[in-house]
Amino acid sequence: MTTFEAILLTIVTASTPLLIAALGELVTERSGVLNLGVEGMMAMGAACSFAAAVTFDSTLIGVMAGMMAGALMAALFALVVLGFAANQVGSGLALTIFGLGLSGLIGAPFVGARRDPVPPVDIPGLSDIPFIGRLFFEQDLFVYSSVALTILIALYLTRTRSGLTLRSIGENHTSANALGLPVLRVRFVAILFGGACAGLAGAYLALVYTRFWSPGMTAGRGWIALALVVFAAWRPGWLLIGAYIFGAATVLQLHAQAAQFGVPSQVLSAVPYLATILALLLLSLRHGRAVGAPGSLGAPFVPDR
Amino acid sequence: MKADVSSSGPPLVELKGISKRYGDLLANDGIDLSIEPGEIHALLGENGAGKSTLVKILYGVIEPSAGEIRWEGRPVAIGSPVEARALGLGMVFQHFSLFDELTVAENIAVALSGEWNLATVRGKLGEISRTYGLALDADRAVWTLSAGERQRIEIVRCLLQNPRLLILDEPTSVLTPQEAEHLFATLDKLSADGCSILYISHKLEEVRRLCRRATILRAGRVVGTIDPRASTAREIAALMVGSEVGEIRTDAPHVPHGEILRVDHLDMPPAGLHGQALKDVNLVVRAGEVVGIAGVAGNGQSELFAALSGERLAERADAITIAGRACGTTGIDARRRLAAAFVPEERLGHAAAPTHRLSENTLISHAATEVSRSGFILLSAAKRLARTIIKSFDVRTPEGDPQARKLSGGNLQKFVIGREIIRKPKLLVVDQPTWGVDAGAARLIRQALVDLARDGSAVVVVSQDLDELFEVADQMAVIHQGSLSPLKPIGEWTKEAVGLEMLGVAQAQGGAHAV
Ligand SMILES: Nc1ncnc2c1ncn2[C@@H]1O[C@H](COP(=O)(O)OP(=O)(O)OP(=O)(O)O)[C@@H](O)[C@H]1O
Ligand SMILES: [Mg+2]
Repeated sequence: MTTFEAILLTIVTASTPLLIAALGELVTERSGVLNLGVEGMMAMGAACSFAAAVTFDSTLIGVMAGMMAGALMAALFALVVLGFAANQVGSGLALTIFGLGLSGLIGAPFVGARRDPVPPVDIPGLSDIPFIGRLFFEQDLFVYSSVALTILIALYLTRTRSGLTLRSIGENHTSANALGLPVLRVRFVAILFGGACAGLAGAYLALVYTRFWSPGMTAGRGWIALALVVFAAWRPGWLLIGAYIFGAATVLQLHAQAAQFGVPSQVLSAVPYLATILALLLLSLRHGRAVGAPGSLGAPFVPDR
Repeated sequence: MKADVSSSGPPLVELKGISKRYGDLLANDGIDLSIEPGEIHALLGENGAGKSTLVKILYGVIEPSAGEIRWEGRPVAIGSPVEARALGLGMVFQHFSLFDELTVAENIAVALSGEWNLATVRGKLGEISRTYGLALDADRAVWTLSAGERQRIEIVRCLLQNPRLLILDEPTSVLTPQEAEHLFATLDKLSADGCSILYISHKLEEVRRLCRRATILRAGRVVGTIDPRASTAREIAALMVGSEVGEIRTDAPHVPHGEILRVDHLDMPPAGLHGQALKDVNLVVRAGEVVGIAGVAGNGQSELFAALSGERLAERADAITIAGRACGTTGIDARRRLAAAFVPEERLGHAAAPTHRLSENTLISHAATEVSRSGFILLSAAKRLARTIIKSFDVRTPEGDPQARKLSGGNLQKFVIGREIIRKPKLLVVDQPTWGVDAGAARLIRQALVDLARDGSAVVVVSQDLDELFEVADQMAVIHQGSLSPLKPIGEWTKEAVGLEMLGVAQAQGGAHAV
């Protein structure tokens, strides 16, 4: 494997958790709910998946546990913001703080443990294609799933009836309610989905990316995922591009720092953010009208009956 | 309270003792109403009488505090609009239930039950809009459409569901006369096919044209059920408000003086893909006169309003001159400081913030000139101002300082108009000033507009209601596809001439407007 191939492979691994977490948040936000708790849900996903995987010595059980943990956290959030129509920003921030703390507690007994690498899925024949073969056809299941998920979500939002309902509810919950669309029910499911995705992203971090647990290992990736959703103008396709640009810039600037180009490292550290903003800005300029946030995003819904 | 309607079976729907309480206010107070199969039944009443509340209860959007609904004789509980649609109800909302970012086809599809895909919806949409003369472009996003076009979506969406009872809450408030005539023909046809219609409108002539029975509400109670054809519009109006409705006084003759507004060769590209461009618009409005702008919805009225108000800026500063200052490139607050005032067509969401109190809503336009000092809001001044507006424009509110969304449509309209008139502006530009207000309130608003002009202000009224323009305007022009016809004194216009201009026939026929 050449160095170049190795770099490309690390880009994929760096981008995947961002993409997965951001996709979940995208669906949540398209339903009109702003969940700032991604970081917390991700941390819980990482801790619980690692704990379960080590305890049962099974990656599958670990992944399930991570998704469950994320979804449970999300359910708590849903109870507060849907049930009691609490402020979404405040509740989301609280969820992050809570998740970071609780994950430390759950993960504490597992500090120092290690997991074996998750074997990649080798697509025979295709993976032997020189250069791009290993990049495209010898990745782990998470990577394939994240790309498939992007496509599925894009299709779901634009092509299916329930996707249309979800978008309508996010756009204007008052109109949606007047037409009898189940605003709260749809939002509840969307929040759970977002939580499960954040949990899955956390599981990927703990089981594939680092293969150990340490407190605070999510290192702000939840926040990046949140920002990506905004930069991608709430579009799954752009999100995929954004996540990979961010991942690539992160990896490359690390290499650049190692190579010591004489550019201050702080400048290099800023590159991923600038690159992502720039790329998505160009995309939206080409698109014409800047696409706005879903109309009801962040607004609590109290049915007027 | 009986009017004879001969029918054999039970009525299609029967409301018994429906009440709805909002805090201290009884919006509906023991309402009885029955609708026969195939009947077109009118529901009348002044602003805030409780009409929208009643039909929202029937459609399952809100829950009654008391009362019973019977469908074909059986008691039913309509828990949600989905259940209502399953029973065969369709409703056109007064405040549209549309989604701005979605396309017309998606807006329609989202309320359909049963199997569909966007292609079939598009096909059916084309069919319905052709049959009923309600032109709609399936792929346009709703935010690019005018209020009139939005209303068409609401209507088409209902018709697509083949309802057995169609509820129309002021469906013609922003339709042009031609569109309204199409709609009436449609309603006659539907009614002949056995569909019942519950029709809410403030336009009594329409009601007399369509309906043989009308239930009249006042302050949440039924005050009578009558045959609107057997009574004059005046009598009906008197029943609704409990007193006579007068004519507009325009005693002082129209003596315009100094020029207040000049629009000079104004061009503006469309706001979005589908907006209407303004093409070489010229207009002069002098103090003391009311200038009316007629036209079919979507011909550039909203763009003209946006250009005049400064919501969109012109390229040249001298394209628009207000009170002698070239301000084509300055924003709305700067223009307000030149003593101009603006009332957009969309009252909920554009003219007023739905979840803010009325006192807070005064800030929207008054912040530029008063109720705030060095960046701080003068809350008590705002409250006082709101109270004054409420009093002088007879705004009926459910509580002292309610959120804007809690006002009935017509009352909110009175509030947003009053908010601007009370500033005694030198220039007032209003888009659809009496959208959805009752006869008494419409008279009040029109009178206020005329009085404002008589006191020396320049007033521009954009409206699709020709009768209204003939009533208030001193001069009138017609807008068609972004071009404005020359201004002529109202006496020189006939309805036919206006109609031709609105369809662009006059222009086609011989380039009457040399520019
Ligand atoms: N959500 C609410 N909370 C409190 N009061 C309300 C609410 N909705 C309506 N009201 C009040 O109930 C009364 C009836 O309102 P409604 O909208 O039914 O009037 P309407 O007859 O439709 O009037 P309009 O002709 O102006 O549309 C009004 O006084 C209104 O202020
Ligand atoms: Mg109403």
